Amino acid sequence: RCLAPGALPRRTDPVLKKRDDFEDILEERRNSSDLRYAFKCYTPVLYRGLTPCKAATLKSMVLQSEQLLHVINQVSAESGESTDVVKDEAAAILEEMAHRLQLRTIRFFAYTLSKAFKALYRSVCVNEEGIQRLQQAMQEHPVVLLPSHRSYMDFLMMSYILYTYDLSLPVIAAGMDFLGMKFVGEMLRMSGAFFIRRSFGGDQLYWAVFSEYVKTMLRKGYAPIEFFLEGTRSRTCKSLTPKLGLLNIVMEPFFKGEVFDVNLVPVSMSYERVLEESLYARELLGVPKPKESTSGLLKARKILSEDYGSMHVYFSPPVSVRSLAQGRINRSQFNLTPRHVAQKPSEETQAFVNDVAYRIVRLQQENMVVKPWVLVATLLLQSVEGMELTELMEQTSWLRDLARMFGAFLDWPDHTPCSMVVSSSISLHRNLACVSGSRISLVVEGPQGPETPEEALFNRAVSVLSCASYRNQVLHVFLRPALLAMALSNANSSRKEDIYSCFDFLRNVFSDEFILSPGASVQDFDEACHLLVKCGAVELLHQDVVMAESGRTFFYPSSLKCYEVLSSDLQKNALNALIRLNVVRRVRT
Amino acid sequence: MASIGDGSERQRIAQQRLRVLAGHLRRLGAEERPGVAAQECRAGPRTRRENVPAAPQDIMKWNGWGYADSKFFFNKKGQGEFTGKRYRLSGLILPSLKDWFEGTFGANLQHKSPAVPSLNTSAVAPPSLNEAFVEELKSTGIPFSHDTEDRVFRAHGHCLHEIFSLRDGRVGRCPDMVVWPNCHNDVVKIVELACKHSVCLIPYGGGTSVSSALECPPEETRSIVSLDTSQMNRILWIDEKNLTAHVEAGIIGQDLERLLNESGYCTGHEPDSMEFSSLGGWVATRASGMKKNIYGNIEDLVVHIKMVTPRGVIEKSCQGPRMSTGPDIHHFILGSEGTLGVVTEVTLKIRPIPEYQKYGSVVFPNFQQGVACLREVAKQRCAPASIRLMDNEQFQFGHALKPQVSSIFTSFLDGLKKFYITKFKGFDPHHLCVATLLFEGDREKVLQHEKLVYDIAAKFGGLAAGEDNGQRGYMLTFVIAYLRDLGMEYYVIGESFETSVPWDRWVLDLCRNVKERIVRECKEKGVQFPPLSTCRVTQTYDAGACVYFYFAFNYRGLSDPVHVYEQVEHAAREEILANGGSLSHHHGVGKLRKEWMQETISSVGLGMLKSVKDYLDPNNIFGNRNLL
Repeated sequence: RCLAPGALPRRTDPVLKKRDDFEDILEERRNSSDLRYAFKCYTPVLYRGLTPCKAATLKSMVLQSEQLLHVINQVSAESGESTDVVKDEAAAILEEMAHRLQLRTIRFFAYTLSKAFKALYRSVCVNEEGIQRLQQAMQEHPVVLLPSHRSYMDFLMMSYILYTYDLSLPVIAAGMDFLGMKFVGEMLRMSGAFFIRRSFGGDQLYWAVFSEYVKTMLRKGYAPIEFFLEGTRSRTCKSLTPKLGLLNIVMEPFFKGEVFDVNLVPVSMSYERVLEESLYARELLGVPKPKESTSGLLKARKILSEDYGSMHVYFSPPVSVRSLAQGRINRSQFNLTPRHVAQKPSEETQAFVNDVAYRIVRLQQENMVVKPWVLVATLLLQSVEGMELTELMEQTSWLRDLARMFGAFLDWPDHTPCSMVVSSSISLHRNLACVSGSRISLVVEGPQGPETPEEALFNRAVSVLSCASYRNQVLHVFLRPALLAMALSNANSSRKEDIYSCFDFLRNVFSDEFILSPGASVQDFDEACHLLVKCGAVELLHQDVVMAESGRTFFYPSSLKCYEVLSSDLQKNALNALIRLNVVRRVRT
Repeated sequence: MASIGDGSERQRIAQQRLRVLAGHLRRLGAEERPGVAAQECRAGPRTRRENVPAAPQDIMKWNGWGYADSKFFFNKKGQGEFTGKRYRLSGLILPSLKDWFEGTFGANLQHKSPAVPSLNTSAVAPPSLNEAFVEELKSTGIPFSHDTEDRVFRAHGHCLHEIFSLRDGRVGRCPDMVVWPNCHNDVVKIVELACKHSVCLIPYGGGTSVSSALECPPEETRSIVSLDTSQMNRILWIDEKNLTAHVEAGIIGQDLERLLNESGYCTGHEPDSMEFSSLGGWVATRASGMKKNIYGNIEDLVVHIKMVTPRGVIEKSCQGPRMSTGPDIHHFILGSEGTLGVVTEVTLKIRPIPEYQKYGSVVFPNFQQGVACLREVAKQRCAPASIRLMDNEQFQFGHALKPQVSSIFTSFLDGLKKFYITKFKGFDPHHLCVATLLFEGDREKVLQHEKLVYDIAAKFGGLAAGEDNGQRGYMLTFVIAYLRDLGMEYYVIGESFETSVPWDRWVLDLCRNVKERIVRECKEKGVQFPPLSTCRVTQTYDAGACVYFYFAFNYRGLSDPVHVYEQVEHAAREEILANGGSLSHHHGVGKLRKEWMQETISSVGLGMLKSVKDYLDPNNIFGNRNLL
């Protein structure tokens, strides 16, 4: 047991949801043969409508589909090339894209990953009830797995877990970058990854092949489809604004009545220590992302000797697209065009898909496990110059209680003194924080002793941003109350409407920075009020919202942390917000 | 139909009517004279009953489907039996029915839900009569009645909720009286009087509606008069040169067919309800016949229609086979569901009786292959007179109605057939499905046609499965409605509904999604047993097909089963519409499906229909409130 549910306060609060227990899947790996595990009898339950077919059959089905042939004819008519040429082009695209899932490779990965995971992680905790729900859903309907994306580990881990629990292995949408890695790219392909170009804007043929490929797999229930709504690994560990392309594609078969329902399964993957933590910070500071390469991977094997703590994977209950669409989507709008003719989604549909995407990301966030270190990092960032350990302990314990009250999914060990928990967290993250005497501070020196002032500044920024990436993991818990707190201190009156409009404005300003579902402003406001009232920070008096006497601590004057301004992510979001608010204007694109 | 053509008791009853007709028919048919003379009917005061010879409730069930003497029951040994002498199944033992029935529904022969034995007439509200109307009607000599049984019999169609209430002894708003016009002119008089005295008229033909079309609107405050067309049942003339027949609209399908057969003709229009439904009803609902592939649907069959509306009589001035004279006024009448007036006379196309008829059947490994085959047949435009595809559940149901085999030899043969199909050909008995076929024409062409169709079927993995299976399939059509009454004796309720849908994959996807939706909704609504939800493709067209669903469940443990049933059917209809199916292929809209009319034909379309109604019937004399 990694997390006893008893650790979570259980009240009749809407924010506090009941969550499942966790089971450590590495425990068994440490006690039995990895080889036997890799060669175990693997017989997943399949989608009930499935007639099993090979990856190659799948490809020919796609190439012969009416949908694709229609586009091929169109492209050929527009470009003047013969249909055969265009068909070959489509076949080449598909060849480059398609996965070649085979059990042999999976078994190879099962073996090597077992070794690697045991070296990297203390435990990999999975909610088994979620697995059971998933298994049930997989038999009933086509399933789409939507994990959060914080690390390259994500999709390896997903497949590994599904293999462990004898579930159908997913096919995974991956970026083309991996194909740059000799051998490894192909290995991934054989373990179920299919590769899509990062951008193919106007390429009609590419889009057709791609969407038909995904839809064919979905309609056939060939395998669960896995992709990352956030589109890319979040360098900041904040959830990214969801991308809608693939989500649109997987929902379409339901809209068009080709399947009865599609189940979306949000998966929250939380790492105590992210493999790429300092790489991300560097990237945010403008150091280009190292190109994916096999040699790079081999060089990185030194990380195997490090301790990355524990990891939690939470499978949320499947979300039925059918029930979400009830009353929102009039499916008969799809009746007047033959199904093989692609239709631009209506505004109604787009808004719906967008809402679903936000909802899924929120669900991912909700079940993200928050580690004690996240709280420590949050506090450390408030005093970059360091603080007394005793003060840290005190504040951590305060923040812990507050986070719990706000519904955070906190992994805080039972019956262990706060000081023990904090110090073990610090020791796991000794590359980021160091204790000298009774004080704790961020690690600011580079590993190789003396440095130039530029290097010093850079290294300092790296530690701050690394640390910030941990703090960011708890932001979704405090975001709404924080926006309200800001609104309260900025607004000129205490009238509810004024505070709401200020809140709404701030929501708009920060809508790139955080996951704030469009159209949920009132809900968010209510939730924020509820939480701040609950912790005693504000009082609701008739039509007024006022600061409570006891709540002064919640209204720290905000001081911008200059190092974070260096983050390209923050810069991009700020710029977007300014454009949205018509403060600045895009002159050249 | 072989299955209904030989009931001797029915023949006796028909003889009565025939005698009346014979004189007319011989004279008119030979002279091919326009039927004006025939329409003049004697007026004169009549007392009821003696002058209303065909009181249908005497030979038909008052609270169930069809003839009173024909019904399913389980005998003391628990074997299924079908009573009477009218059908091929009559008097036979059906040994597998019980197992199928108990297995499919989780029903138990010990748990009975019997109907009240007879109508408690005191439970029916007394008629509210419009005295002035009644007085003037009397002077015309048109027979009428306000007898409770007559009124109750015409207060309902055959929707589940209607029959369920009757079995419970509950009766809602009834017509206040029934009139039996004898001819077109009688109808003209009745409609005039109704307009004059502000009486609500509801035309009544065969009473087989399954759209709540006959239900009296409870909010209606005027006196409601049921206009029963059953006495307008003559063939007025037959024109052999143009192959048309002019018929009064009250004639019942099987009578029409039999009378035409006597002259060597047929219309070929055979809806499943043809034993009881009327020509006027077909026109008013846009009916479809099983053999429409050869003969066409009702809209293809009619050449001329006469309808009495509050505004006057509407008809065309000639019988040209096609006209370009603006929108076809027939299409305002076809499907008007009794909201605009009463159809009194119809000229129909007729055909010589086909020389040869042959049934057939094909087994497919699965429904998908079967649909693909039907699609191909439709594409090549070589559909036989009828081609229908049952899904696996219905195939199994068909088997449950197999009568006791007479010899060891036949049972051995059956076993062998089963072995061949399932073991040798590898068909999964839980997936295979059957298409039933009916060929018609001259012998040689039928045999050629048959070969062509079987060759196509073979391409989709279909195996010919014999004439007998085919014939049984069509017989099922007529007895399935009786089976619902059996179910209702044992806590099982059900109903059929239909739609039409374009080919591509929508036929398949629609069938799957609707079935699944039904199963789910049942579960959600607390139905304790898995429902029977099955479908078949009953008509094929160039651009699509008609799909028929059967849905039934065991309602033990539910406090309001009919409400649950209606909720599920409602959900199923939403699912049909969402999957590209139509609101109705041939059952019509009535009051049951009215709520979806706007969505179906757009608000402008609805406005067009309303303006027609407003012009023809500004005071809503035809106030059954169907459709709009």
